[in-house]
Amino acid sequence: MTTTAPSGTAVPPGAPPSAPPARRFSFREKNAAGRSDGLIFVLPFLLLFAVFLVWPVAHGVWMSFTDSSLALRDTAFVGFANYAEAFGDPDVWSSLGNTLVFTLISCVPLVLVALAMALLVHSGLAGQWAWRLAFFAPYLLPVTVVTLIWTWLYQPDIGFGNQLLGALGMEPVGWLSDESVAMWSIAALTVWWTVGFNFLLYLAALQALPETLDEAAALDGAGAWRRLWSVTLPQLRRTTVLVAMLQVLASLKVFDQIYILTKGGPNGTTRPILEYVYDVGFTGYRLGYASAISYIFFALVIVVSVAQLRFFRQED
Amino acid sequence: MLLGPGRLPRVLAGTALVVLTAVWLLPLVWAVATSLQSEQDVSKPGLSPLKGALTLESYRQILERGNVLTWAFNSFLVAGLVTLITVVVSTLAAYGFARGTFRGRRVLLAVTVAAIMVPPQLLVVPLFEQMLLFNLVDTYAAVILPQVVAPMMVFILKRFFEGLPKDLEDAARIDGASEGRVFLSIVLPLSRPIVAAVSIFVFIGAWNNFMWPFIVTNDPGLMTLPVGLATVKDSFGILYAQSMASALLASLPLIVMFLLFQRRIIKSVATTGLGGT
Repeated sequence: MTTTAPSGTAVPPGAPPSAPPARRFSFREKNAAGRSDGLIFVLPFLLLFAVFLVWPVAHGVWMSFTDSSLALRDTAFVGFANYAEAFGDPDVWSSLGNTLVFTLISCVPLVLVALAMALLVHSGLAGQWAWRLAFFAPYLLPVTVVTLIWTWLYQPDIGFGNQLLGALGMEPVGWLSDESVAMWSIAALTVWWTVGFNFLLYLAALQALPETLDEAAALDGAGAWRRLWSVTLPQLRRTTVLVAMLQVLASLKVFDQIYILTKGGPNGTTRPILEYVYDVGFTGYRLGYASAISYIFFALVIVVSVAQLRFFRQED
Repeated sequence: MLLGPGRLPRVLAGTALVVLTAVWLLPLVWAVATSLQSEQDVSKPGLSPLKGALTLESYRQILERGNVLTWAFNSFLVAGLVTLITVVVSTLAAYGFARGTFRGRRVLLAVTVAAIMVPPQLLVVPLFEQMLLFNLVDTYAAVILPQVVAPMMVFILKRFFEGLPKDLEDAARIDGASEGRVFLSIVLPLSRPIVAAVSIFVFIGAWNNFMWPFIVTNDPGLMTLPVGLATVKDSFGILYAQSMASALLASLPLIVMFLLFQRRIIKSVATTGLGGT
């Protein structure tokens, strides 16, 4: 779960499921002989799924209609009060706004830089594995490690960032303390950290492309640029759609790195919606209200996913 | 894309690649250099990453304090068990969904696939209440169990199993092999690459997971590396050499794993169906 990150290294489905097997055979034909119908294989998963996914989802819906609190024993049903409060809560709107800003300024470079890296690595220059390692390595770092390293780079007095600006004769910057800069600093860290996954997706797609088209274009005298724009990039369309969709969903869920780096500061300007859920629920003890906000966020995620699907379908 | 015979594109591409790589390695190089110097040298101004003599002092101090080792042990235990349980449970379920005929198969499968959409963060608040109810807060079980439900992995594996030729399985069935036997002796051996891919992704995800372990553990003796380091991050204060040394120690295991399994990991991205689209 990170944005982006690897923590929820969710590996989503790429292509639509392959065609179902032609013959719907199965265990049934042999059931007469006392064969399993397969249910027993699925049972352990279903049990865990019910307890640790279905129940919390359902319980969360219920909680969002109560005043459930870590500080109170008794819980009362409050109807839509939490939802009504959320829509009038300026902190909900500002943290949603921060989340959208982060999503915008992180997704664009996370797609474009990944594409550039994959094209360069695939271009046939020597040392593929070394480039690959350099670009993917940060993705393997736990979020705390990433934030420790960047806290040091962003250190106001002796950190690399301001030392570099000083050497160039520029004024130091409050990387994480200046309200107009902090979100950009976090986005830069996030791009460095997670671009490797998108890069691998692009690289795998490039390696799967048939080379015949490219060779034919080269025989016809098309130069490298021309082949890039007219042959390679069009063939990467589907990958780009996939990467962009996954990235938007991942960026919307940003929490870890921001919470550790700035705790949402300065002045709440970097606080994403999921951190507000955490603040309300675990610092403010209002679990019911926190649930309501997280379901509003879930609704937003679904709306964005459906909108993306529609948009890209139309494009096709 | 083949660059072709021209010199210019080759030089441009090479330059861009070197610059990008330098930018990507710089934070790591800076961190390694910092961790290998004394705190006094580190706090001197200047752009050079090396400002004094090299020393392993920071590493010694971190290891002597010991908590990083405890957290590393916890991380291995948690990520290892999450991976083991997730892979066993998901593989079985995927096979059941792919080949089973039990009643409600389609509905249960549809619910599972729909659950892929649920962001884990949505579950944090109710799951925490559930852990309070089960009296599991601050236990390994509370850290591990909620992480083993992976509908996405079930879906990926199911798609793979459906693509396997049925004839082999049917031959074994005709010879009287039980379903469990067919699964263990025929299906699993054919599925090693996909199972490896799923294992690697689950392990990386569990190793790096932050929000859930952070919320459900207060006892420093139970924390995983990312959580433990986050709790002491501020207590490092201006001890940047130690801070970098602990960060690098914490990242070592996955980097080593990547170096060992590089090909497999890269292939995983393709085999899980992500690449070929």
